[in-house]
Amino acid sequence: MNSTKTIYSICGMCTVRCPIAIEVKDGAIKHIWGNPHLLGGFNLCARGAAGKAFEYDNERPQYPMLRVGQRGSGQWKRVSWQEALDYISTRLDEIKGQYGPQAICLSDRGGPNTDLQKTFIAAIGSPNYFNHHATCSNSVHNAHISVAGYARNAVSYDYKHCKYLVLYGRNMLESLGTAESRNVIDMIGAGGKMIYIDVRYNYTAAKAAKFYIINPATDYALNLALINVIVNEDLYDHEFVQRWVIGLDELRHFVAPYTPQWAQQETGIGSGEITTMAREAAKASPAVIFHPGWMTAWGSNDFYLRRTIYTLNALLGSYEARGGLVINKTPADVGIRLRSLATQVPRPGGERFDGCGTRYKHLGAQWGLGQLLPEAILNETPYPIKAYIAMRHDPLASMPDPEAFKVALDRLALLVCIDVNYSETAWFSDCILPECTFLERTDHVIAQNGLSPRLLLRRQAVKPRFDSRPRWYIFRELAKRMGVGQSFPYDSIEELIAWQLQGTGLTIEDFDHTGCVELTSQPLWFDRRDGLRFNTPSGRLELISSTLEGASVASFIPFDRPEAIPNGLFRLVTSKVAVHTQGRTTSNIAILNELVSENQLWINTGRAMELAIKDGDDVEVSVEGFSGRITARLTDLIHRDVVFMLHGFGDSVAVRSRSFNRGVSDVRLQRGLLRLTVGGNCPLTECLVAVRPI
Amino acid sequence: MSKRFIYQDQDRCIGCLACEIHCKTENDVPVGIRLSRIVPSGPTMIDDVPRMSFVFMGCFHCSEPLCVEACPTGAMIQRQADGIVYVDSDACVGCRECIEACPCSCPQYNEDTGKVTKCDYCKDRIDAGLKPACVTGCTTGALYWTE
Ligand code: SF4
Ligand code: SF4
Repeated sequence: MNSTKTIYSICGMCTVRCPIAIEVKDGAIKHIWGNPHLLGGFNLCARGAAGKAFEYDNERPQYPMLRVGQRGSGQWKRVSWQEALDYISTRLDEIKGQYGPQAICLSDRGGPNTDLQKTFIAAIGSPNYFNHHATCSNSVHNAHISVAGYARNAVSYDYKHCKYLVLYGRNMLESLGTAESRNVIDMIGAGGKMIYIDVRYNYTAAKAAKFYIINPATDYALNLALINVIVNEDLYDHEFVQRWVIGLDELRHFVAPYTPQWAQQETGIGSGEITTMAREAAKASPAVIFHPGWMTAWGSNDFYLRRTIYTLNALLGSYEARGGLVINKTPADVGIRLRSLATQVPRPGGERFDGCGTRYKHLGAQWGLGQLLPEAILNETPYPIKAYIAMRHDPLASMPDPEAFKVALDRLALLVCIDVNYSETAWFSDCILPECTFLERTDHVIAQNGLSPRLLLRRQAVKPRFDSRPRWYIFRELAKRMGVGQSFPYDSIEELIAWQLQGTGLTIEDFDHTGCVELTSQPLWFDRRDGLRFNTPSGRLELISSTLEGASVASFIPFDRPEAIPNGLFRLVTSKVAVHTQGRTTSNIAILNELVSENQLWINTGRAMELAIKDGDDVEVSVEGFSGRITARLTDLIHRDVVFMLHGFGDSVAVRSRSFNRGVSDVRLQRGLLRLTVGGNCPLTECLVAVRPI
Repeated sequence: MSKRFIYQDQDRCIGCLACEIHCKTENDVPVGIRLSRIVPSGPTMIDDVPRMSFVFMGCFHCSEPLCVEACPTGAMIQRQADGIVYVDSDACVGCRECIEACPCSCPQYNEDTGKVTKCDYCKDRIDAGLKPACVTGCTTGALYWTE
């Protein structure tokens, strides 16, 4: 047989999930491109293109494994799927019988492909689903809910038509998604201005119209001053604000003392520059985006920074404007109902382990607070947690302070990982279930909400290379064994898809030609005068939030100057490069590892010289209880108080031979930061480290 | 030079290295060999902004290729039709004369096969009316296949 075909699918190398076109030749992957029907070209980022190398890598779990030695000892036995699933379901049943279903929790990395695991955990009666957002988007998500009643990802950004884009540490051209980076380059090419604010330069700064190195943790001060100028100089969009925004008078009063002159002292950015930024943004409005950020687990008051970013967008009327923040339209907006398994299962009542919705009324339960899991396990408050299933989520590689996390995980009666990689958590678990890779499985249909809502499908391109199973099978089998099989009423993924599409008039074949089903022929804009919908109690953008006030959380807080960094220490800041994603998905892939195999410590040249550190020297970076050896990279273009390293290095799993022990793990330095802040995020940039030459 | 070449738009390039990975993937190039390469330089402060440049380095497909001249077996070939310089791997004996001869060491030695490999502009794709993999896959559309 000699045949070449193209299969349209969805990338799984990072959580952007770009649409892809997979060239398959003689049953093997030849190349992975972008899906031209959706991306306008075959463009695809390096990680996505390396999906082929990932597929043909053998250093990933190849069959179900049960632990035989101590946790983390790396002693496993191969078992059959039958045995593994029986083992897990029997343990889960025992735990459920003894402690109740809430003693079982499950996490993943969020996103659209979460229906099966959410269905499973709800079907067995536990409210304890959470995802990775404590170290990602919790603060921006909860901020948007408080301002607009919307999830962070309920809006998208019309970069192509944007005239003024302000990024706060959103390293968009390195920590990138294919379409987003291309659209931003298009925007710059068309004369749009990108303003980049960060504590160090990077490749995004290199493309900016203006770049400011800001004093760490003072972005909130900058925004208060921008708002001050916009209201005092009457630059806001009167029509939009009058119609859709409440709380302007309180805001005006609140920001009165926060002048650009004041902000210059705090941020290190000149008052004239701040005033100009406010005026230029207003002039470009409503084609303006103050980007709220993606990975926003920064500081203790990050929530308030994000609220001011949404406030700036509200004041300049950029919601639902061409070139601004576009409210995503869903299939329901065009009368299409895509059925979801999770909505068929009654929501388990009872308190969550993390107190979302009860102890923390303003924090959304749909994403949860993973940083509180260790405490809940160790203290058995509010009740005992005995089992944890990590579904493609690697808390020991992504949560701060994995050693502390481990101590708690070790108290569990059962720790299961479903993954395509030997994640750090999988290596510490009792059972690893290898999931088919994104190239080896078909998932359920998902909606891509946006100006033009559409349906997308991830499709199997090649046969699994190992004894792995797709997630639809894994959760159905576990559910069946636990007596809740009726929540998974299908025997194949095709049957599940047919069930999802019932009543839409669509079939799976409708995805064959382009990989998607477009639900509209024209982009859908809501009427900015009368047609907007915000899911806040008032139906408007709430600068003073009734939900927050009801939870005794202030809508604004005064700016607090960050505490001076004790003598000699540095604040540790992290980010990513284009060839690697977070966690452990890409670090061990040979052809990506070849390009970037370890991280370096960026340090301000002046500070380094005071410490007698030269460029390229090996240095020790440490906190109490952990230290690592890393190469110093000197630059003038990083704040004096900051050191920087790439996230995701210092792999401790020896079977991943290429990434094992390479570079230093940022999360291990982030000791004591499994903390809850007002936005629900971990305050990762509050990590203070010592650096010394060796 | 070959009739067609790869033009890189510096304003669009973000140094993401997707071009290198598309090249590697399309041509099954092993670790250790980079047929195309992005060479970053900078940052240089221009109007208070730290600018980078990312130079795309590949084979020049010279009009009078020294590698072709140096090859003792005739394995290194310049195609008449369009000037693409490529290796006929059946004829390559792995002597590496071409690598010595090339001023920028474009041909590279593949330890796995014991032969030389080099950028051939993905000539099978070109012959099928397509563009080189790096040009096709570039994240931002910074590379152009130009006459
Ligand atoms: S950004 Fe890259 S890795 Fe992420 S989904 Fe898109 S192609 Fe895949
Ligand atoms: S893929 Fe394109 S944007 Fe990325 S480094 Fe290569 S040429 Fe530049």
